[in-house]
Amino acid sequence: MGKAKDRTGPLARRPDNSAFKQQRLPAWSPMLTANTVLPFFYLLALMCLLLGVWLLLTVQSTQELKLDYTDLGSCSECYELRKNVSYAEQGCRCKVEFYIDQTFKGDVFFYYGLRNFHQNLRRYMDSRDDAQTVGRESQLKNPSTYCEPFIKDKDGVPIAPCGAVANSMFNDSFSFNYQTSSGHIMPVPLLRKGLTWYTDKNIKFRNPKTGNQTLAQVFEGTRQPLYWQKPVYDLDPSDPTNNGFINEDLIVWMREAAFPNFKKLYGILNRAGDPFTHGLPKGNYSIQISYNFPVQPFQGRKLVVLTTLTWFGGQNLFLPIAYLVTSSLILLMAVVLTVAWWKFGKDGKNMKE
Amino acid sequence: MGSVQSYFNNLRGKEKKQEEERHVRANDRAFNLSYNYANNAIRTSKYNIFTFLPLNLFEQFRRLANAYFLFLLLLQLIPQISSLSWFTTAVPLVMVLAMTAVKDANDDINRHKSDRQVNNRMVSVLIDGELKNEKWMNVQVGDIIKLESNQFVTADLLLLSSSEPLNLVYVETAELDGETNLKVKQALTLTGEMEDSIETLSNFKGEVRCEPPNNRLDKFKGTLTVNGQNYGLDNDKILLRGCTLRNTEWCFGLVIFGGPDTKLMQNSGKTKFKRTNIDHLMNVLVLWIFGFLFTMCFILAIGNAIWEVKEGSVFTVFLPRDQGVNAALSSFLSFWSYVIVLNAVVPISLYVSVEIIRLGNSYFINWDRKMYYPKNDTPAQARTTTLNEELGQIKYIFSDKTGTLTQNIMTFNKCSINGKNYGDLYDFSGHRVEITEKTQKVDFSWNKLADPKFAFHDYSLLETVREGNPEAQAFFRLLALCHTVMPEEKKEGELNYQAQSPDEGALVTAARNFGFVFRSRTPETITIMEMGEKVTYELLAVLDFNNVRKRMSVIVRHPNGKMTLYCKGADTIIYERLDRSCKKLMKVTTDHLNEYAGDGLRTLVLAHKHLEENYMEEWTQRHHEASTALEGREERLDQLYEEIEKDLILLGATAVEDKLQDGVPQTIEQLANADIKLWVLTGDKQETAENIGYSCNMLREDMKEVFIVAAHTAEEVKQELQYARRMMCPESAEQPSVKKCRAGLFWLQKMETVQDEKVEGDYGLIINGHSLAYALEKDLELELLRTACMCQTVICCRVTPLQKAQVVELVKKYKQAITLAIGDGANDVSMIKAAHIGVGISGQEGMQAVLSSDFSFAQFRYLQRLLLVHGRWSYIRMCKFLQYFFYKNFTFTFMHFWYAFFCGFSAQTVYDEWFITLYNLVYTSLPILSLSLFDQDVNDRWSFQYPQLYCPGQLNMYFSKKAFVWCMLHSCYSSLVLFFIPWGAIQDTVRDDGRDIADYQSFASLAQTCLLVVVSAQLCLDTYYWTTVNHFFVWGSLAAYFAITFTMYSNGMFLIFTSIFPFIGTARNSLNQPNAWLTMFLTSLLCVLPVVALRFILMQIRPTINDRVRYKMQKDTLPAPPPRRPVRRVSTRRSGYAFSHSQGYGALVTSERFLFKRPIKSRLAFSVQPDGPLARNLPQVFRPIAEELHESQSSKS
Repeated sequence: MGKAKDRTGPLARRPDNSAFKQQRLPAWSPMLTANTVLPFFYLLALMCLLLGVWLLLTVQSTQELKLDYTDLGSCSECYELRKNVSYAEQGCRCKVEFYIDQTFKGDVFFYYGLRNFHQNLRRYMDSRDDAQTVGRESQLKNPSTYCEPFIKDKDGVPIAPCGAVANSMFNDSFSFNYQTSSGHIMPVPLLRKGLTWYTDKNIKFRNPKTGNQTLAQVFEGTRQPLYWQKPVYDLDPSDPTNNGFINEDLIVWMREAAFPNFKKLYGILNRAGDPFTHGLPKGNYSIQISYNFPVQPFQGRKLVVLTTLTWFGGQNLFLPIAYLVTSSLILLMAVVLTVAWWKFGKDGKNMKE
Repeated sequence: MGSVQSYFNNLRGKEKKQEEERHVRANDRAFNLSYNYANNAIRTSKYNIFTFLPLNLFEQFRRLANAYFLFLLLLQLIPQISSLSWFTTAVPLVMVLAMTAVKDANDDINRHKSDRQVNNRMVSVLIDGELKNEKWMNVQVGDIIKLESNQFVTADLLLLSSSEPLNLVYVETAELDGETNLKVKQALTLTGEMEDSIETLSNFKGEVRCEPPNNRLDKFKGTLTVNGQNYGLDNDKILLRGCTLRNTEWCFGLVIFGGPDTKLMQNSGKTKFKRTNIDHLMNVLVLWIFGFLFTMCFILAIGNAIWEVKEGSVFTVFLPRDQGVNAALSSFLSFWSYVIVLNAVVPISLYVSVEIIRLGNSYFINWDRKMYYPKNDTPAQARTTTLNEELGQIKYIFSDKTGTLTQNIMTFNKCSINGKNYGDLYDFSGHRVEITEKTQKVDFSWNKLADPKFAFHDYSLLETVREGNPEAQAFFRLLALCHTVMPEEKKEGELNYQAQSPDEGALVTAARNFGFVFRSRTPETITIMEMGEKVTYELLAVLDFNNVRKRMSVIVRHPNGKMTLYCKGADTIIYERLDRSCKKLMKVTTDHLNEYAGDGLRTLVLAHKHLEENYMEEWTQRHHEASTALEGREERLDQLYEEIEKDLILLGATAVEDKLQDGVPQTIEQLANADIKLWVLTGDKQETAENIGYSCNMLREDMKEVFIVAAHTAEEVKQELQYARRMMCPESAEQPSVKKCRAGLFWLQKMETVQDEKVEGDYGLIINGHSLAYALEKDLELELLRTACMCQTVICCRVTPLQKAQVVELVKKYKQAITLAIGDGANDVSMIKAAHIGVGISGQEGMQAVLSSDFSFAQFRYLQRLLLVHGRWSYIRMCKFLQYFFYKNFTFTFMHFWYAFFCGFSAQTVYDEWFITLYNLVYTSLPILSLSLFDQDVNDRWSFQYPQLYCPGQLNMYFSKKAFVWCMLHSCYSSLVLFFIPWGAIQDTVRDDGRDIADYQSFASLAQTCLLVVVSAQLCLDTYYWTTVNHFFVWGSLAAYFAITFTMYSNGMFLIFTSIFPFIGTARNSLNQPNAWLTMFLTSLLCVLPVVALRFILMQIRPTINDRVRYKMQKDTLPAPPPRRPVRRVSTRRSGYAFSHSQGYGALVTSERFLFKRPIKSRLAFSVQPDGPLARNLPQVFRPIAEELHESQSSKS
């Protein structure tokens, strides 16, 4: 076998004496010994404990407020209204009030959350056309079959952006108000940009080339998704550069959530002016909600989440607690191992024949 | 054209009409062509350039795994079902198919090459009255061809005439049946008369009618019709393709069967495809996995139905169902979608990787210098590359004796002449000196006719002979006269002996060197050179050897008229017939004999007797009468022999060593320590076999008893076996405890396993072929098996090749143990094929055993390296591989299962599709491959030091169904950790800048990274032997994962292939979060630490033998190997007439058939082959012809 060698003579077929062929490659053969395993376990237990404590402190330094407004206060009317699809076109506004008893220090992030909304169904997730939203003109009026069943409307006009994901975009809108101690109501300024990944905003989502045309002209010949009230080039009336496929709310929505309960970034507190330079001061707040998104059919809930962040992200106690639990488990294992070693394996007595 | 045609016939499944009789007319091509007989071209290749692709693909898709993946691929093309893109299946499938196709193509190219080489050999063919050189493939049936000495026989020929007297030709059939002796073929006198006259030959119009092509090498039936006269044809007149013409200047033959019809090709049918234990286990497991897969899919489909009813139906606002799809149909579709998603549990790469690992380990066997035999330049060879791991599980070894344990070389070692012992060397203090290769040899240069290869170390014997000691001279005269050896003297002074048994050859050669040179014989005379003086004895009678007589005598007359009877034979037999005057000498000789037997030598006692003229005359008269008598000839002759062979004078005794191969006793001891049972199955006589049993340490003096079963009826055999069993284990039950169970695919195969029974002490069992025939009958086989398995050592002697195979089958059937058969000759082929693993001893003459073996090497002692080192490593590697492979794929797949509960059972995958495509193929394949190619728990020297390390393999300890279930539980745990830790960590979390990280793509990349880190960590934990290659592949694969991931998620890839790489930016945006890395760290800890803890604790509480040896290895250096102690025992056992001798040669050497017209070129083929199985069992004869040939070749080169 192998390549025939051009050797002749009495030992022509003798195999080479190389470490590889003779399976003598120099190697490191570690073994699980008490000297390495036991200290390693104790060390890891300690490490996990420290990590856990640190993370716990970090997470606890954040503040978070969750407000389920699905049928809260005046929103219950809208909730009832949205039960019936035939009123879908009819607007509904409601107001929710809440109280913050402790100042949210630093940057405050405003999220909307959905419960039991399955953005992760296979057919739902597939129902989009990245080639269209990246601004390919050919795809704009000729969306991919992936977008089934939201490719074209009844009249055969292509939908932009097509697909079930875009079609079901969350369309409630909020305006937050702060009631100062003096009773004066002032709006909480929100930054509605910078909510997306850089890559999404700049690469994954692009508008078709406009040239000299306006955005509306570019999108001519397509229609807005069936459930939308506004066309895609008119999503943000306040900022013309935030329209079309690069509208940040659209991009945020299009990043499908992994699990049925999720929250998505709605805005960031603009700390430019008083009294928000240090965050959200304590006091009474209210939210004016334009209540459009129906959750009643699928028993979903809608919430608003306000939170501050650290380097570790939001207020999620899972990892700190998991680390603390792991640490104690490792410690337990380490103790059991030590006992086993002490009883059976000390000085290699179990290894004697 | 013919081959193409037949090829298409094959394709259509239509065989040519069954041939019933072959009808061939010499020199008449037109007539013969009308029958469409195959010509002499052979084709062993499978494909040609056009048929390769379709046929090869067809072959490949007949494999279940490939067909399954094709099916998956088709499923994926249905959009409603397709949960994964087509490329996740197509890419691996194409790669696997391509790799296999390349390998097959390479094999086939080699076959084409060898076919072309054979087909293009040249031969002289008689065409149109002229001899022309033709290629082999153009030879047609009915052609007359001329062969010359040392040429291969072109096709199956009817021998017409030859250069030799009596129209004889000599052929060597080693390639055909492995027998190395020359065989004689003889042409009909009628055709022989044509000699080499081209004219007569080309006018020859004989017609042959014979049997159709078949594969029986020993039978041929046909008739030759010449001028209306019929002549019978039998096997004696047929030269078969594959033989080589020897010692015959030329011969002519008529082609009867060509190419594919020849008996050689008919015999080279497909050998039984062997599969290993692990293969069978793997098949069962794959079925389990299928079952498991479908169960999972079924559960998920039901889950889907429930979800669709409860939630999906109200979610239709956002995601309307396809037309006509309701919950039931949706759940049906999701079943198939999950079949696709979860397909990784039956990984296509499993089979490919297993093949690669086996191939790699086979190469290591080929490359092993410690299994290379420099003397004849033979490396070990793994001829079957698919059985390696089974080498680590051998429980029973069946070994041939001659040529396997022994070298089949007899050396004259010692002798006792007139009460004096010769052959030992003593130092000055009187201690016996060990004789080694360096010991100075006696110089025989004074004797011009001496054999230079003969070695003897005791000077005193030569001195005694040259001094003229009468007993010593008589001793060697006897050796020179009393035998059936044929001399061959091609050149003056260059003597070669053709001995029927190697023992005789050794004795006659000894006499030759000590000055009594056997020179030539005729039926009436024997000429010897006695100390340089030519003496011609008249041969009056040969009293031949047979099994009952156990002795042989000759009666000769010296030129001076003195008549003497020379007799040699078994000690017990000769002692009964000695003259009373020899009493004293007998005693001394007996001591010597005991000593020789103790050294494991084969002994013979020599005696002679002077005869009176008138007595002799009368005896000759009676002898003549008896030998011509019609009735009771045998008895009368026996009586006459008995009468004359008495009152003999004792001369002495000879001791011949049946040389063991190097290291045989040590190897056997090692194998015994590894709890491998060795059974010797030999065609030799009981005494010989027993003797070898002692000399190679299989039978020992300290054994409690050695049972010998040699009975003649079934009842007696049964009694003897039962007696032996009750002796060993009195409390054993009458009925064997048989455990019945079912196994195999679908539990269709019934299995019966005979349980081992505990026995105190060591016993041996010797059973002869006759008894074995009864013992192998249905009603006795269990009895035999029980008794034999209780014994430490089992020796079966006088067994036929068929019985060898039967014994192997018996053990295979009732012990469910892995068996290995090792042998060197054609008679071992059956057992080599029957056993799980067949090993051939190569480098000997005759290739038949090697050709049908799975592994071959030159020396028996390499077996311990093959098993204890390579076999053990291969087995451990394969087990580790399988365990790890199932682990990583189950873990991978289970994650989808858990995710289903969160994604509405919609067959959404957890990972990126590209990760699914590349996981098995790129990210995790190389590290485990390098582990299963290089891993060693302990190195080879420690493996030898502790043969017990081999035992776990025999008990299937490293991989079994239990281990598989453990593996599944382990992966289940790991997948739970790997899914729910990232789930908890990511759920409700955002990046440090508030942006999304809980999205599907981030979760997917986090989960897949965690998975990869964990399976790599698990691999590191399994690796015992970290070579640079391992490091390179482990770290390289992880690096490759990150490199590939970042590349695929990059802007460029997205912009070029927008819909194929939708994960743009995910790696950058999610893996830069501390959150993600903390999650990875935690999952790794939780997955790996329990395994470490469990292993550590098991090692503390119940350390395995491997742990112990590894611990020792870490602690101390290897103790020096114990010095090779010479195997020497004090024994009172004696070999009998330990000749591997059979009767009837005396008659042959004195027969008229061997009148020598040309004495210089005289030659003799001893094997005039009688049919029947026992005949094949003859030991190989001394055959100097091949050696000479070898020498002349090497001198040429």
